[in-house]
Amino acid sequence: MYSQGLIGADGATEETEEFLAAFQARIDREEKIEPNDPMPEGYRKTLVRQIGQHAHSEIVGMLPEGNWITRAPSLRRKAALLAKVQDEGGHGLYLYSAAETLGVTREQMTEELLSGKAKYSSIFNYPTPTWADMGTIGWLVDGAAIMNQIPLCRCSYGPYARAMIRVCKEESFHQRQGYELLISLCNGTKEQKEMAQDSINRWWWPSLMMFGPHDAESSHSEQSMKWKIKRFSNDELRQKFIDATIPQAEYLGLTVPDPDLKWNPEKNNGKGGYDHGEINWDEFWQVVKGHGQMNRDRIKARKKAWNDGEWVRDAALAHAEKRAARKTQQAAE
Amino acid sequence: MSKETPLWEVFVRPRNGLSHKHCGSLHAADEVMALQAARDTYTRRGEGLSIWVVPSKSIFASDPDQTAENFDPSVDKVYRHPTFYDIPDEVGHM
Repeated sequence: MYSQGLIGADGATEETEEFLAAFQARIDREEKIEPNDPMPEGYRKTLVRQIGQHAHSEIVGMLPEGNWITRAPSLRRKAALLAKVQDEGGHGLYLYSAAETLGVTREQMTEELLSGKAKYSSIFNYPTPTWADMGTIGWLVDGAAIMNQIPLCRCSYGPYARAMIRVCKEESFHQRQGYELLISLCNGTKEQKEMAQDSINRWWWPSLMMFGPHDAESSHSEQSMKWKIKRFSNDELRQKFIDATIPQAEYLGLTVPDPDLKWNPEKNNGKGGYDHGEINWDEFWQVVKGHGQMNRDRIKARKKAWNDGEWVRDAALAHAEKRAARKTQQAAE
Repeated sequence: MSKETPLWEVFVRPRNGLSHKHCGSLHAADEVMALQAARDTYTRRGEGLSIWVVPSKSIFASDPDQTAENFDPSVDKVYRHPTFYDIPDEVGHM
């Protein structure tokens, strides 16, 4: 689904001026950087951190929706949700592979997620109490993710950019199925429409937080933009998302819970855009630091999956070794 | 933490007539599981008709530090290209 920019990344680097300048020149020529190419340690660390967080977000992102697969109201919805959650798992795997090209192992990344050292997107620490949340997540959360991920397809690091191209191709289905689900609810009974509205009331602000802190407070953004890991600032992407989303909410006949939202014809160089109210950054940091409603449940679920799967991983390796040994023996006979 | 599961590189042939193309990597205990995982991870939407998996440790790569000495010599040999040679128009297409 998506990474939350870079929370707590260490972009420190200790190379010579010449090395850094030569690297920057490659970036400025829009050359892609590939796994074994020389690169500043700060560039490598930033990417390991960001791609790892992104991968963890995909994997943890399976949990809020996985909950609803058995309770989907029709076979059509169930098949769609199942396919979507399977995609999130796939996206996590593409991203873990991309991070592994930078010299970090899958086991290290898993360990960092389970120990709480590595972060994942704060959005997945909110609960999904109603069926309408499956629609809202697809529409808003995947919508915000797409907004973030499209520029990442042009990221300077080749393996990350290639993974993002695959992810973006698949993500469009996620957003559309979510919006279609909400259309159904809004065309349904009064209670169904209220359920949709309630869901948007809960998810609107957390979705805006997915773009990360304001540019002025985002300490690592500048270096990431220079290295072309990032192409747009957090606030630029957030604005694009709001401008694209409000007309879609209007089509549903639903509102977003922001009394200060209003059209400003001057915005976006005269093209117009929406001014929005203040985001509750205290809530954001609370959730990032582990005090959201679902942080503990999410990590508990991942730990259980990892621990319960241990015998399967061990058995698979033991079986592979046995087969290999039998083959060697047969060859010797 | 338990032992590391081996890494495999995945190549997919999008359709007959095209060559297998590298599309990513994955972890699996053996080639049987690697092929199954590759199918689920990389071909969920009709992306391929055939899959190869290769243990990543079996791949040997050229050194990026030697890119210039490896590949620059081919850049200045224009006489290796057909357009280097002048053929009179009367001869027609060749």
